[in-house]
Amino acid sequence: METTVKETSVKQGHGRQDSAWSKGWKGFLRRTWPLHLMLLPAVLIQLVFAYVPLGGLIIAFQDYKPQLRFGSPWVGLDHFKFMFEYPDSKQVIINTALIAGLKMIFNIVVPFSFALLLNEVRINPFKRTVQTLVYLPYFISWVFLGGILNDMLSSDGIVNTLLHNWFGIESILFLGDGDWFRFTVILSDVWQQFGFGTIVYLAALAGINPALYEAAEVDGANRWKQTINITIPSLVPIVIVVGTLALGNILNAGFDQIFNLYTPLVYDKGDIIDTFVYRTGILNGQYSFSTAVGIFKSLVGFCLIVVGYRLAYKLADYKIF
Amino acid sequence: MYHKTVGYKMFSVLNYFILAAAGLLCVLPIVHILAISFSASAPANAHLVGLWPVDFNLESYTKTMNNPNFLRAFWIAIGRTLLGTFITMSVITLAGYALSKDTSFFKSRTKYAWYFVFTMLFNGGIIPSYILIRELHMMNTIWALVLPGAVSVFNMILLMNFFRATPKELEEAAFIDGAGHFSILFKVYMPLAMPAIATISLFTIVGNWNAWFDGLLYMTDYRKYPLATFLQTIIVQQDFSKLNPDVNELKNISQRTVKAAQIFIGIIPVLVIYPYLQKYFVKGIVLGAVKE
Repeated sequence: METTVKETSVKQGHGRQDSAWSKGWKGFLRRTWPLHLMLLPAVLIQLVFAYVPLGGLIIAFQDYKPQLRFGSPWVGLDHFKFMFEYPDSKQVIINTALIAGLKMIFNIVVPFSFALLLNEVRINPFKRTVQTLVYLPYFISWVFLGGILNDMLSSDGIVNTLLHNWFGIESILFLGDGDWFRFTVILSDVWQQFGFGTIVYLAALAGINPALYEAAEVDGANRWKQTINITIPSLVPIVIVVGTLALGNILNAGFDQIFNLYTPLVYDKGDIIDTFVYRTGILNGQYSFSTAVGIFKSLVGFCLIVVGYRLAYKLADYKIF
Repeated sequence: MYHKTVGYKMFSVLNYFILAAAGLLCVLPIVHILAISFSASAPANAHLVGLWPVDFNLESYTKTMNNPNFLRAFWIAIGRTLLGTFITMSVITLAGYALSKDTSFFKSRTKYAWYFVFTMLFNGGIIPSYILIRELHMMNTIWALVLPGAVSVFNMILLMNFFRATPKELEEAAFIDGAGHFSILFKVYMPLAMPAIATISLFTIVGNWNAWFDGLLYMTDYRKYPLATFLQTIIVQQDFSKLNPDVNELKNISQRTVKAAQIFIGIIPVLVIYPYLQKYFVKGIVLGAVKE
């Protein structure tokens, strides 16, 4: 250290040997303009593409006309009132909460159970192979999955063919009948996500102290008893965290998925807020009304995020920051 | 001891069976679509193809590769993926480094952090974003695809945490050698954070390749569509009106085997990247989710 200090001071041409290094170091740390410069591109991009659109939300309180821009006439809360009176939008809110709620439940239960089963596997190559296979669908866009499902689930597709040949079931309109559509959407969402969802539980399982199992073994507990009394209680905190943090998604029913699977046939039972906003807003040009619907969705989502984080903190002592 | 009981052995056999079935269930749809794409048109249309091609041939792929619309969309997708990944990685690496500095010296750090976190919680939604892009005259340009989502705050925080874990002594040593913030970032921090940067780049590449909605929203000219958007229109919505195809061409693109080939080509980049991605992402998620 001694020599480096001397070298630096010589290099920088400072006379005062002792404090030169520490002064220079502190000065370097306080000279923050390069840091501001480094943040500038990110700040500018977010300013334009995240903050400016926030200002654009005022059109929800106007009757926005593209040629008048933000000088369009004010209408107060009319669009919000209309949203709760208009039968289509009420149905859309119900569909969204129902589909998203069911997805949320199954996307906790299925990955949790799957992680428990995977945890019993002693042959590591087998375990790794299964993991590789089940994580894969998560990375494929719903455009492609939608294309594949449209083909497989059509009335003469492979699924209906197999159901007919094996069980003699008449062709099912998986994507053409409202109730079946909801079923298909939830099932295929779980199919896409459950593998990826197990990661967090597997990480928690790896963290359980093996001494607990050894002690249980000595006491003569079988594997089922060990699972009930050690494994599951150890996973409760992480399940609470995942569950409460998912609350914020109660109105996120999965735009990408629904948009790539639905048809006008199933609008009554399968249309969700995001697809509705896109159709009424972008395609029909009702900018103000669909923005109001979007704001409603964001507000509900934000309140639930706050509630979710509070709950996660209270129940599992989890803090994000 | 429990391993030796008859009950557990029976469970084990059943368990291996269930897990293998679940694993297969996740890839069989892709194998099915691959088998269709390599089959002759007649057996595919008669739904005779299962998991193995019938009358193997490459006709669907030659047709796809000779479709100028498909190729154009393919190259646009490559372009937006390269440009988008480059912009995202440059911007979040710089910002992540600055945010990794200690608050006691970099006093504005907290303000910046909140500035970014706020954008994670609130956004204008699609209509104001759409109006903005139109007012900026960015419709039908590649910038509408790569800029709005360029700053991934989540990945920026991941990188920040990674930089923070780098020993401070390295920074001091580099400073003594006369390095400023930029050379410390490029010569000390980035080489050390290469695994994290590589992982986040791969995620960004997959995200850009898979993105389709921005194309649908911001491109009014179908000739500007990236591949995912193009296939969304052709295969999912089955909307051929924008293409104005002649009868022959329509027959080609709506053929079942050709559709399967197009879907499979769309998935290939993700399948290629996936093994590299999988090596890292488990670590990355644990890194981001669990903090000391």
